[in-house]
Amino acid sequence: MSELFYNAAPNATRVAPPLPEPRQYPAQKPGNAYLFGTCVLDLFFPEAGLDAIRLLEREGIQVHFPQEQSCCGQPAYTSGYTDEAREVARAQLALFAEDWPLVVPSGSCAGMIRHHYCELFKDEPATLRQVQALAARTFELAEFLLHICKVEFKDRGQPTRIALHTSCSARREMNTHLHGRALLAQLERVERVEHDHEGECCGFGGTFSVRMPDISGAMVADKTRALQDSGAAEVVSADGGCLLNINGALEKQHAPLRGQHLASFLWKRTGGAR
Amino acid sequence: MNSQARIPAVELSSRDLKHNAHNALGDAQLRGNMRKAMDSLMAKRLASMPDEYEREHLREMGNHVRARALSRLPELLERLEANLTRNGVKVHWAETTEEANRIVLEIAERHQAKQVIKGKSMVSEEMEMNHFLERHGIEALESDMGEYIIQLDHEKPTHIIMPAIHKNARQVADLFHDRLGEPYTEDVDALIQTGRRVLRKKFLEADIGVSGVNFAVAETGTLLLVENEGNGRMSTTVPPVHIAVTGIEKVVENLRDVVPLLSLLTRSALGQGITTYVNMISGPRKADELDGPQEVHLVLLDNGRSQAFADGELRQTLNCIRCGACMNHCPVYTRIGGQAYGTVYPGPIGKIISPHLMGLENTPDHPSASSLCGACGEVCPVKIPIPSLLRRLREENVKAPDDPHKVMRGQGSKYSPRERLLWKGWRLLNRSPWLYRVFGFFATRLRGLTPSNLGPWTQNHSAPKPAARSLHELAREHLEGK
Repeated sequence: MSELFYNAAPNATRVAPPLPEPRQYPAQKPGNAYLFGTCVLDLFFPEAGLDAIRLLEREGIQVHFPQEQSCCGQPAYTSGYTDEAREVARAQLALFAEDWPLVVPSGSCAGMIRHHYCELFKDEPATLRQVQALAARTFELAEFLLHICKVEFKDRGQPTRIALHTSCSARREMNTHLHGRALLAQLERVERVEHDHEGECCGFGGTFSVRMPDISGAMVADKTRALQDSGAAEVVSADGGCLLNINGALEKQHAPLRGQHLASFLWKRTGGAR
Repeated sequence: MNSQARIPAVELSSRDLKHNAHNALGDAQLRGNMRKAMDSLMAKRLASMPDEYEREHLREMGNHVRARALSRLPELLERLEANLTRNGVKVHWAETTEEANRIVLEIAERHQAKQVIKGKSMVSEEMEMNHFLERHGIEALESDMGEYIIQLDHEKPTHIIMPAIHKNARQVADLFHDRLGEPYTEDVDALIQTGRRVLRKKFLEADIGVSGVNFAVAETGTLLLVENEGNGRMSTTVPPVHIAVTGIEKVVENLRDVVPLLSLLTRSALGQGITTYVNMISGPRKADELDGPQEVHLVLLDNGRSQAFADGELRQTLNCIRCGACMNHCPVYTRIGGQAYGTVYPGPIGKIISPHLMGLENTPDHPSASSLCGACGEVCPVKIPIPSLLRRLREENVKAPDDPHKVMRGQGSKYSPRERLLWKGWRLLNRSPWLYRVFGFFATRLRGLTPSNLGPWTQNHSAPKPAARSLHELAREHLEGK
């Protein structure tokens, strides 16, 4: 783009406004961190949550898991039940009072806390300040491992080909699809294969999948076909919702492929024992 | 075309999005055509804006230009009217589509018009102008090739830029063969020549030319119209009378504002640096000029736009410059096509603008027909936060009927006491640690009892079975065991 555009609309902005700065990360690894387990992982993929804890502990971080935590509030929020979402969010807020990072092993729940909590509490100035502070120290797991723990993984597994599915929130709200890639790239015997329409939604969308089962079904059918056609032996994702959707569809189709959480994949590949 | 021979179009109801979508999903031809077309459009957009840094700056600027125009909308509309009037253009205001149609009809009757030729205009679709004029004995013929194909097939446009994108060459060949009695050919050039031959004659015969407006410039009183086929230029200059119809939101402050918007519009829509034709209409033919219409009219239509304007957040809907990029990138639109929406504007932008034009009672499922994946917001050239506006409309849609905050026509159309109660239960569960613990305990311990039929979920998935023990339990054991 040339100067032409800047000169073209002088009343709008003489110089176009700056783009958002890339996120700044603390130079020091913290001694403590909270883990927000997410409701989907809690019930359906608890091992993945535990593997996330183990990965953090191996980096010398003391992990705190407040037992009173439940859900980030996203299902109600995206369904239009804003008051209900706000009250559930408020209950979570109280649990992470220390100034430790909050690590979330799911892009969409991380995106909810980091971006949408501010919207939820925009009319409550005191809470908003608290929410903004929490948002600033909320990290998606891959992001945290890469930029704050600065992990250097040693691959201890057999050669394999994997497909990485990233949730839309990870991709568009948290920018963590690149972080997941970077972590996987450290594993020398893991080949990441691209799949068809990799950046496209798997069709979950929380309650969308039950409100619009036909459309959602068409989306997940295309996604599972693309994953199977990719030649990947394993599917990895950092989002419980997507895994629930993709694995449920694969199982219904009697396909042998299954997705697993990035945390579990990383823990196993790097020699972690359960 | 003989208007007497036309069969009424099969109307897909906007109230029946789910049902329409179900049928569209079963149409393998449509699915294939749409996927192919959208993949190509996505690639073209990206190729036309290869530098991410420049693209984002340009989008930011587009957003600022539109936001500034909307922040002064009433004032700019008055300036537009004053300057257009000074230029000799007659300006009309219409609150509803009926009013807009009556204004057009009055002009047509004054000129005893029998034939109208139209350039592409989504607002005239909104008005269903063709049907209205036909009912009053006036033939309205679409001159945009895509619109012409759709009109021949008695369909509604499937896309705001490419109305016939859901059809492939073979389907158009069949159509021209059946409806126009042309020899069958799948040669695209030959098909275009056929359309052109029919239309050329009509440009000369028509009494009135109708067009839309891409940007209405307040400062100079200029109507800007971009197009690729030349039909827009023909229909606005050849007939003796030109009527432009536009929504009130299309106004921008000055000509400079148009530069970034134009660049964004054509790149986002078709990956073009600029279109073949950029028409700037500043008034009727002057005494010493050789061509151009003798009369130019502009109809400014509200039709629910001021409802969107009234709310600071929803107002962003009106930033739209109608490029269609959100459709091209939408996984839902790609699969069901535009007609399933049953609205003039389909896809993501359609889901946020249609409820204002038609009321939420007529578009009850539109805000929900999205996984909120965010692809639309990511590509929108003027940065309309479509996903968050969809979420906001969902909120309006589930409001109780006695809610004191009246924001939208038809709000609360998805209000369900049962669903509200469910979410209240959900809130209770997630706010009460002991209840959540009891729930987790039973869900995991009784996992064997998980029903295999979970309604809509098990339509596409096997029933999810909870783990034997929850993360809460595993984490407690693990962390306390240290």
